[in-house]
Amino acid sequence: MQRRDWVYALETGLLIAVGGAAGANLRYAIGTVLPGLQGTLVANVTGSFLLGVLLYEALYTDLLAEKTRVVFGTGFLSSYTTYSTFAVESTTVPLWLGFLNVVGSYALGIVAVLAGRRLVVAFTETGGSTDG
Amino acid sequence: MANPAYLVAVGGIIGALLRHLVSLAVERESFPTGTLTVNVLGSFVLGLLTALDPGTDLLLLVGTGACGAFTTFSSFSFNVVRLWEGGDPVKAAAYAVANIVGALAAIGLARVVASLL
Repeated sequence: MQRRDWVYALETGLLIAVGGAAGANLRYAIGTVLPGLQGTLVANVTGSFLLGVLLYEALYTDLLAEKTRVVFGTGFLSSYTTYSTFAVESTTVPLWLGFLNVVGSYALGIVAVLAGRRLVVAFTETGGSTDG
Repeated sequence: MANPAYLVAVGGIIGALLRHLVSLAVERESFPTGTLTVNVLGSFVLGLLTALDPGTDLLLLVGTGACGAFTTFSSFSFNVVRLWEGGDPVKAAAYAVANIVGALAAIGLARVVASLL
């Protein structure tokens, strides 16, 4: 590894750390306002929507810098949303509710990503192009 | 008790960096094994932690912070949609099922391990 590779790896790590600290704390804050399944669901669905926007933007328009994706996607949103708490919480409630939580979270998470994609497509079609 | 925001932040930093390292090590183009791996591993650790009930500070640091940030739902949702869009709904469904079955099996195993400790 050359020196600039080390600097790049260090920079990436620092960006992920900053995003990770903020994302985990926002999820914690939501959990104190909405304890249990609901807070986790809100974080997971809103985070899926925002990651959908961020990553489809990368695929369709590619205006944002790679570093923005690292700090916001890999750092913030991936830490803001959580699978482990979602899975453990689903086992601590009655079976029917746990099942509903899994199916409902999956459906809403997928719909949220698709909504994010739609927003990016709408933006791309209505003057979000780089030729202006 | 330490300040919850610091505990969650330190845990979040550790979890996010470890997730990034795991992704670099195991991620594949054809199948998002990185996210599947962190979700199953993180569910095992959180299952173990909640079964052992080690007190508020450790639950915030390791549970809410590290396991919460190590595992991810947003990347999971995005991966399912991308697999489906890639023309392989069976693979998308298999990936979705593998995450929850893997996580639940890991939590079950964690509870068995915790009961032996």
